[in-house]
Amino acid sequence: MMDAGRHPNITLLTYSEVEQVSGYVGKFVARVRKRARSVNEEKCTGCGSCEEKCPRRIVDEQGFNVGLGKRKVIYRPFAQAVPAIPVIDRENCLFFTKGKCKLCETACPTGAIDYEQEDETLELEVGNIIVATGYDPFDARRLTAYGYGRYPNVFTSMEIERMLSGSGPTDGKIVLRDGETVPQSVAVIHCVGSRDENFNEYCSKVCCMVSLKQAHLVHSKTGARMYECFMDMRTGGKAYEEFYKRLQSEGVTFINGRPGEIQPEGDKLVVSVEDRALGRLMRLPVDMVILSIGLEARHDAREVAKLFGISCDEHGWLKEKHPKLDPVATMTGGVFIAGCCQGPRDIPDSVAQGSAAAARVLTFIRQGEIEGVAATALVDEMMCVGCTQCVQTCPYTAIEMVDNRGRQVARVNEALCQGCGTCAGTCPSKAITLRHFTDQQLVAEMVGAMNVMWELEEAEVVA
Amino acid sequence: MTERTYEPKIVGFLCNWCSYAGADLAGSARLKYPPNLKIVRVPCSGRVSPELILRTFKEGADGVMMLGCHIGDCHYNTGNHRTARRMPVLKKLLEFTGIEPERFLAKWVAASEGGLFVETVQEFTEMLRGLPPLSSRFNAPANPEAS
Repeated sequence: MMDAGRHPNITLLTYSEVEQVSGYVGKFVARVRKRARSVNEEKCTGCGSCEEKCPRRIVDEQGFNVGLGKRKVIYRPFAQAVPAIPVIDRENCLFFTKGKCKLCETACPTGAIDYEQEDETLELEVGNIIVATGYDPFDARRLTAYGYGRYPNVFTSMEIERMLSGSGPTDGKIVLRDGETVPQSVAVIHCVGSRDENFNEYCSKVCCMVSLKQAHLVHSKTGARMYECFMDMRTGGKAYEEFYKRLQSEGVTFINGRPGEIQPEGDKLVVSVEDRALGRLMRLPVDMVILSIGLEARHDAREVAKLFGISCDEHGWLKEKHPKLDPVATMTGGVFIAGCCQGPRDIPDSVAQGSAAAARVLTFIRQGEIEGVAATALVDEMMCVGCTQCVQTCPYTAIEMVDNRGRQVARVNEALCQGCGTCAGTCPSKAITLRHFTDQQLVAEMVGAMNVMWELEEAEVVA
Repeated sequence: MTERTYEPKIVGFLCNWCSYAGADLAGSARLKYPPNLKIVRVPCSGRVSPELILRTFKEGADGVMMLGCHIGDCHYNTGNHRTARRMPVLKKLLEFTGIEPERFLAKWVAASEGGLFVETVQEFTEMLRGLPPLSSRFNAPANPEAS
């Protein structure tokens, strides 16, 4: 991240949102809303004095620490965030809500705090776009049988991940919700929100390995007795299966079954699970439950997809051009996808896909020209009556109305046209033809097919 | 003439990306389907204008199939949305002209659905066998009693 931030050819626009994209490969124009941080980016040195002085601490459930611990109201999402420029959370800031405080302004040695700052809109001309918008974690509250949100000592794998971090909200200690008790027994539940017809049918792919890693780390930090309740252990990947074997020898108890429910009993949480290997219902009284939550498409994936001219599958994952042969390109030329926005994947896969997408973009830039589709649509402008039906039907917005000697007629942008021919099928005055699939060609082919069948029939009659 | 069993003549317009690939798959899986169908490949079901289908009936086809990608699967994102909106209107028009609307079949067949393609062709052919040949109507002299 630091390298990307420092690179002379890379401009990072964080805390910004793409609002509109127009144009085509080599010539996109993206309108980006750069939201107001209330901190002048040029003056800020990232010293952090403002954060120290800020008097208000709040719990941020959507934040980096997923609601564990508190953060200041002027904050950086996490210590290594790039760029290291803080942002004022205007909804909670004392100055913005009550009109007084301004302690950060006093603390800032460079006078970078700017309460008046407003959102900025940038128009960027870019040649290619890579969409890497990631995923949303499954909201474990939806699966009520496990009682996340009701039973304090049911945690999600995200929360454990933050607790395991040395610079995290608990300084790397694994503790129950009271903040001090170290658990003596922990159950990890796999496939929460994945491989479940009620929520998501697909396998989220990464959670098995996340669970194993967390079981290993929690065990080594607390010495707790570990139970893993899994449906199928999916450890495909380099050295993953070996890690699974190692955990078996470390004394983690693996139970092949999906827990039905979790009930509190005294201080304990009792996980009811049928062990498929034993064929027997088990009750596991544990101090802590870790729900290994699945991955879901971003809540706004469909809007993002629409913005960039990509399609989504039924779960909201962005769709690639070809699942096997072209997994980073999309149906829109010059728009690529990388990482979990396309579907659940782990870090090595995301890195590989990101590199692949970057390489594809570099190829375009190096070549300086692109291969077009030969079979594009062509408008006979003398015949066009300017009804604009083709403009409405074109899936690529490749047709625009232009002035031809005082008449509005349609014209096809051949860089954008992908040759589907929907316009040719629509045009009421037959002014549009699709190269290689003209009306004459299709009719000739159809008549040829009919002739064959007529001849066959006549031959049979004679026989 | 009447002793001979009637074999319907069918022309199918198949979209290149889904249905044509599905038909290909049926072929490579060695699945059998009636030889009554002759296929014309089009880039997208959206390319097929209603006129082309009417013209196919005029040339003597007993049935016309138009197969495209499932909605949401279109290679061109929304090409088949147009098809889906056009085809019900065409069916009404066929009814108006006196051609049974079931002689025209618009259906979604994906590239992975070789089996569905075969089933579709079999069912459509069977259904058409139950109808009289369409082409004879144009050639036969008008029934004097009916007029």
